[in-house]
Amino acid sequence: MKKRVAVAMSGGVDSSVTAAVLKEDGYDVVGLTMKLWEYDNVGGNIENESSCCSIESINNARYVSEQIGISHYTLNLTDVFEKKVINNFVEEYLNGRTPNPCILCNVKIKWETLLKKAAEIGADYFSTGHYAKIEFENNRYILKKGKDANKDQSYALWGLTQNTLKKTILPLGEMTKEKVRKYAHSKGFKTAKVGESQEICFIPDNDYHRFLSEWTKSSGVKIKEGEIIAKDGTVLGHHKGYPFYTIGQRKKLGIAVGRPVYVYDIEPESNRIFVGDEEDLCNKGLIADNINIIALEKIEKPLKAITKIRYNDCGSESVVYPVKNNEVRIIFDKKKKSITPGQSVVFYQNDKVIGGGVIKEKIDS
Amino acid sequence: MKRVYFDNAASTPLDKRVFEKMKNYFLTDYGNASSVHTYGKKARIGIEQSREIIACIINAKESEIYFTSGGTESDNLAVKGIAYAYQDKGNHIITSSAEHTAVVKTCKFLESIGFKVTYLPVDKYGMVDPADVKKNIAEKTILVSIMHANNEVGTINDIEEIVKITNEMGVLFHSDAVQTFTKLPIDVEKCKVDLLTFSGHKIYGPKGTGVLFIRKNVMIQPQIHGGSHERNKRAGSENVPGIVGIGKAAEIKIEEMESEYKRLKELEEYFWTKINENINDVYLNSHIEKRLPGFLNISFGDTDSEAVLLSLDLEGIAVSSGSACLSGSSEPSPVLAAMGLSIERAKSSIRITLGKQNTKEDIDYALTVFPKIVKRIREL
Repeated sequence: MKKRVAVAMSGGVDSSVTAAVLKEDGYDVVGLTMKLWEYDNVGGNIENESSCCSIESINNARYVSEQIGISHYTLNLTDVFEKKVINNFVEEYLNGRTPNPCILCNVKIKWETLLKKAAEIGADYFSTGHYAKIEFENNRYILKKGKDANKDQSYALWGLTQNTLKKTILPLGEMTKEKVRKYAHSKGFKTAKVGESQEICFIPDNDYHRFLSEWTKSSGVKIKEGEIIAKDGTVLGHHKGYPFYTIGQRKKLGIAVGRPVYVYDIEPESNRIFVGDEEDLCNKGLIADNINIIALEKIEKPLKAITKIRYNDCGSESVVYPVKNNEVRIIFDKKKKSITPGQSVVFYQNDKVIGGGVIKEKIDS
Repeated sequence: MKRVYFDNAASTPLDKRVFEKMKNYFLTDYGNASSVHTYGKKARIGIEQSREIIACIINAKESEIYFTSGGTESDNLAVKGIAYAYQDKGNHIITSSAEHTAVVKTCKFLESIGFKVTYLPVDKYGMVDPADVKKNIAEKTILVSIMHANNEVGTINDIEEIVKITNEMGVLFHSDAVQTFTKLPIDVEKCKVDLLTFSGHKIYGPKGTGVLFIRKNVMIQPQIHGGSHERNKRAGSENVPGIVGIGKAAEIKIEEMESEYKRLKELEEYFWTKINENINDVYLNSHIEKRLPGFLNISFGDTDSEAVLLSLDLEGIAVSSGSACLSGSSEPSPVLAAMGLSIERAKSSIRITLGKQNTKEDIDYALTVFPKIVKRIREL
């Protein structure tokens, strides 16, 4: 009997090719597209098409499924997405942190809710169009960087566990983006209109300020103006509300001090933002919690690793120290710029993902 | 893979004989029915023959039969049409909380412009109590709209009793009879309803076709303005092939009404028995007796109806959950909610509606698939 695999299809070229390739490999493929949000709910200009979950992208996925010759279903997951991803997104900003909702969506929606749905419809495996590899080594499922170094998305998958990795197939880990594009072209797949510039799927107009203002208004929270403080305590100006800022931000501060200054700290309790020079932005290390270790059972002794503190970070040499079960301390060989609480941190050895977590605080020793 | 269609309440396959009859009006007698020339005349004859057939089926006059684009348009025309026409007399409408969304949404719209609507409760099978209708009729009541049989659970309302009340109290009565036309006897002389909605694609006729019966002397404000078609009540060049189709479909179905009723009843009882033999923790949500034949709305305890639906589709079996009109929403059906079903039972309910093309073999195939799907989902 052919093994059944459910492919999460966004309507984009990567997941379309994933479904097609798996069908060619002889799997019984079922395409699943998630509907995660409604324009009515998230607001914004309806003219700015999102590349994900818009009617167009859902239609695209359906159309491609028809071209490939596979069954396809659209699942309405707006409730759970709002509860687990959007609410967390807003909460994090209100706590002065910068969230990474795509990663939370991977853990809580794709590899939890959607994975369960896949099992319910008889799928033995679950697949996505992520550029990353899953291999089996030393009795463990290992997550590795994808073949295409420019497109590697292993960073976004640090939350996968042995249980979920076991059931997951990532065909694009062995392909380059170029190859995927050529394949899609040869099959005549329609590609999603907007392309890769999309930041957050549920904010199609990329206007975070609008989104946060509207979302918090309905829950009665007020985002207020506050002070921008220099390192020596002087008030340099006013900010529009601390949730609108992020660590490392240089632009749109609305103050003129004669030299570039960067946000290096956000204090929600006092509604203050602290700015300084580039060196104020650099720290020796960080503490991360919500740790998930993949390559090993757990971290027992300090290990050397290349650590990324955001998606497009090339990674820096560091040592990872276990602290307690759910936390690690990471010290960089050289001071690291813009360590941002709320962002994901992922540590590698060569192309292997050792593990990852969420940045809790910056430290200097 | 065997393909089985158990979703006849959502739509039905076109009867081949209907197709043959319609073809002619696409390819040969394609004139505009309002044109003076022969092409037009031929089209006109086709339409009027259809009108005669349908009038005859329900014992109405031809002048009381109006063609629309479907059940939804007929419901809109009935409710809005009466509301606007009689607004000097009153502004109160009575309907139920289990009506088709075309009636409910139309009522909600009317509320937004100043009409008052009472949504009567239904019992646990979705049935309206005629006494509730009587209780709620007030001085300003101008219309009561209660469906003949519910499209989600198949429960049949006691229209005869309700009509006695509305006639007595001088209030107009409309019934959405989309699920019952040609399946249950309807005689507008015996049961003096004022307006009735029918739909083509539920009776093996074409999609995009419907009928509104409007009793003589009932005023109605047209909703689509333009030409003087349908006695000035519904403008628009007639969908000749469609109208011919719905007439032919009705003609075929009414001949088979009794035999089909019996056959579907037997098949449905067989299905329900087999399900109970092979799967535990199942509940019938529809009324045991006062229900359309072949109509099974079942809750499979401890399952998610979406998972069951998709799993069945992957095995070639088509059923629905909630009603087709509401799929895509993650809210359980308002009809099941109005019936007082718990969220668990509502979210685990599947609607199976048997039709002309279903056989015992279809049911036997379904029973090789249903139990293992339910088992798999329960184990997760």
